[in-house]
Amino acid sequence: MSEFALKTSLPSYLREQQEKIELIASNAGLDFFPTIFEILTYDQMNEIAAYGGFPNRYPHWRFGMEYERMAKSYEYGLSKIYEMVINNNPSYAYLLEGNSLVDQKLVMAHVYAHVDFFKNNYCFRSTDLDTGGRTVDPVRRPPGYDPNRRWIDKMANHGSRLRRIIGRQGESRVEEFIDQCLALENLIDIHSPFRGRARKRLPEDEEPTVTEVPRLRAKDYMESFINPEEYLDAQRKKLDAVREKAKSFPERPERDVLLFLLQHAPLERWERDVLEVVREEAYYFTPQMQTKIMNEGWATYWHSKLMTESILDASEVVDYADHAAGVLATSGGRLNPYKLGVELYRNIEDRWNKGQFGKEWEDCDDSDAKKNWDLRLDLGRQKIFQVRALYNDVTFIDEFLTPEFVLENKLFSFGWSNRNERYEIDSREFAVVKNKLLFDLTNSGSPTIYVDDANFENRGELLLRHDHQGLELRADYTKDVMAALVRVWKRPVNVTTVVDGKTVRHRRDGEDFSTRPFSS
Amino acid sequence: MSLKIDQDHSRFGAIVRGRIRQNLRKYISQGELIGRKGKDLVSIPIPQIEIPRFTYGDKQRGGTGQGDGKPGDPVGGDPDSGEPGDGHKAGSGAGEHVLEVDVTLDELASILGEELELPDIEDKGKSKIINAKDRYTSIRRVGPESLRSFRRTYREALKRQIATGTYASGNPVVVPIPADRRYRSWKTEAEPIANAVIIYMMDVSGSMGDEQKDIVRIESFWIDAWLQKQYHGLESRYIIHDAVAREVDRETFFHTRESGGTMISSAYKLCSQLIDDHFSPEEWNVYPFHFSDGDNWSMDDTLLCVDLLKTKILPRVNMFAYGQVESPYGSGQFVKDLREHFGKDDRVVTSEIRDKDAIITSIKEFLGKGV
Repeated sequence: MSEFALKTSLPSYLREQQEKIELIASNAGLDFFPTIFEILTYDQMNEIAAYGGFPNRYPHWRFGMEYERMAKSYEYGLSKIYEMVINNNPSYAYLLEGNSLVDQKLVMAHVYAHVDFFKNNYCFRSTDLDTGGRTVDPVRRPPGYDPNRRWIDKMANHGSRLRRIIGRQGESRVEEFIDQCLALENLIDIHSPFRGRARKRLPEDEEPTVTEVPRLRAKDYMESFINPEEYLDAQRKKLDAVREKAKSFPERPERDVLLFLLQHAPLERWERDVLEVVREEAYYFTPQMQTKIMNEGWATYWHSKLMTESILDASEVVDYADHAAGVLATSGGRLNPYKLGVELYRNIEDRWNKGQFGKEWEDCDDSDAKKNWDLRLDLGRQKIFQVRALYNDVTFIDEFLTPEFVLENKLFSFGWSNRNERYEIDSREFAVVKNKLLFDLTNSGSPTIYVDDANFENRGELLLRHDHQGLELRADYTKDVMAALVRVWKRPVNVTTVVDGKTVRHRRDGEDFSTRPFSS
Repeated sequence: MSLKIDQDHSRFGAIVRGRIRQNLRKYISQGELIGRKGKDLVSIPIPQIEIPRFTYGDKQRGGTGQGDGKPGDPVGGDPDSGEPGDGHKAGSGAGEHVLEVDVTLDELASILGEELELPDIEDKGKSKIINAKDRYTSIRRVGPESLRSFRRTYREALKRQIATGTYASGNPVVVPIPADRRYRSWKTEAEPIANAVIIYMMDVSGSMGDEQKDIVRIESFWIDAWLQKQYHGLESRYIIHDAVAREVDRETFFHTRESGGTMISSAYKLCSQLIDDHFSPEEWNVYPFHFSDGDNWSMDDTLLCVDLLKTKILPRVNMFAYGQVESPYGSGQFVKDLREHFGKDDRVVTSEIRDKDAIITSIKEFLGKGV
């Protein structure tokens, strides 16, 4: 165990457990950052949970709201936070004071798997601070991979940065601006950390000053017949139009709206600072949203394996089983990411152990043969380790969800019924369920928005476009977010989207909000 | 112990309080709070202070779930559940979130006070008498036999027998031994005697409809809340009248509908009687509130009312409030009569309440004088 892990206030009986469990976990093949456990009282736990796991954040009322909600649901006995771990190197995990020893052991086993996931899943490479947020090849890692992920310090720095700004600008002014920025928080490009640097402009990209229309070669006296003047004019106009379009700014639609605003909106320095903080933190939390099912499933897989195979005393089995059943329960038809994740990993492990994959398996139509398919390959363990490194929730579901799995786990898709005013089960068909699930996971369930034009109609107005994929934007929120955009852009803002099946363009100018039909 | 979050928490509290203040008029006119009134707490539903985002519309979204049921069945098997999951969980739909904030009645009253700029009521210097009262609140192992708790004793005996293995389910006889006995025990609590009383009077003649009564109900809730804050103990009495008056309980007060004529004097007589019998002005701050549509039977009766007010009621009360609720049938004459006779008298406050939105102004008129 690392030196500094011994510096915490963890009671000695828990430290003994930690050492034991750490050894068991690493023997099982888990590869984690050094992990530090802290023990907290319930109100400290609620505080840290309200801050998203960090001991120090910038001041904002929504953390207070979270705290209120958590404190309430704890008081009323509705929920209790058992464990929390943050993606940091070293990783910090929190144990709740007064939990039984079985629970603490379970949490530790669970936490080591989470930390293994943080360290090894490619999505989390975007949180490596020493790569400057650009990881072109997230799969290849330098030997002795030990990245700088001191996000606890970074978040605390954000706190003091914003506190200093508040000291100068006044609380309500800064708070109001933070609120506006948070309304734009999800307008980021989740793929940008892996795209490398923006392409440099090549000299040949430089536009020619005169428009030269290519002519067909012709003898002098044939010139006016082969290259008639009217034709040349028409061509010239066409070329001009293309060039005009290329001049539009941004040249290509920009999906990282926050970055665009940061670079091009007329902001004061402190406003830029605030926006930058909000954007950086949004990128930090993105990988966790992208891998919710995988991460929780992985942790659950390992805690149950380690607990039942090596950690538990015989006297603790019943308590453990009781608790584990609670974690994996599905109630009221809700999808439990812990359960979905762990079942999928087990399914994958089983399939790869038995060789139920590849072309031969896919092509087999005989359900009896499929049921008894067992090539004894024992590749399962190796496969799930690979899966945990190379997939996110979308690709995980896309590749490994099978019709048999959907049937066995009773998955369904549901929708709102206007007639009965309630949510009703739509379908149990594999394709429908899978599509719905993938849709909800894509872009972390947020609509995709692009900056199309920053000088719309040559009036310096901002034009955004909602990439409509079947679902429409929530109307009242759209209005409010556009107000926030106006606040940042300082000019009217337009959004192209779809309302009631028709393409429309919203325009917001201060208090005025209008919508008109639009055809592209 | 103080936490870092406290600052954010109190900031959130301030924002919520601001929201309550902004929406106070709405809460008051819709009577939203009253159904949820607890003993000392009122839950105020606040549309959760959510930060708007570009997001998908809730209802059309749907999601994926897990469990039994066939297509067309409600999700979760509960037809009332409109919320199959929260937006953070993968693959679940989004639902409406309403944050309920508990506000103590006391705090609510002070928000009301701040917003309407109600003055605190001047202390009349009347002594607050404290009463001692015994309450049976706990269980002991010793005590007089007359206080023995059969149920607890039986349970102890049963526990002991099961623990020692002498309980036979075939022959479930449970015999307590002295160590099993449990006795009820009491605590003496000091209880302030109510030192203020509100006497609500309401006209329940045919012309007062449900709408009108609703107004009275909402208004009386706020009057209660405000005076409760001003006085440690507060009692309320209820009188209904048409041509005759009688004292009723709260429930009856708000739900009785009679027909027939209106003789307001009958209520004033009963009110004066009530003060005579129970609420001597030396010990009590008395607040009569009368609500009617102002359609009295005759001018003679109105004069009788004026006389009763002058000689019997006003000398013994802090103030007398008359609220006239507009109804399609009433003549609305009574409020004019009162103003004519008591126009300059500070102790008489009159107010006309046209509809629910007028409640808030009416509260201000009633309580704005601080007497």
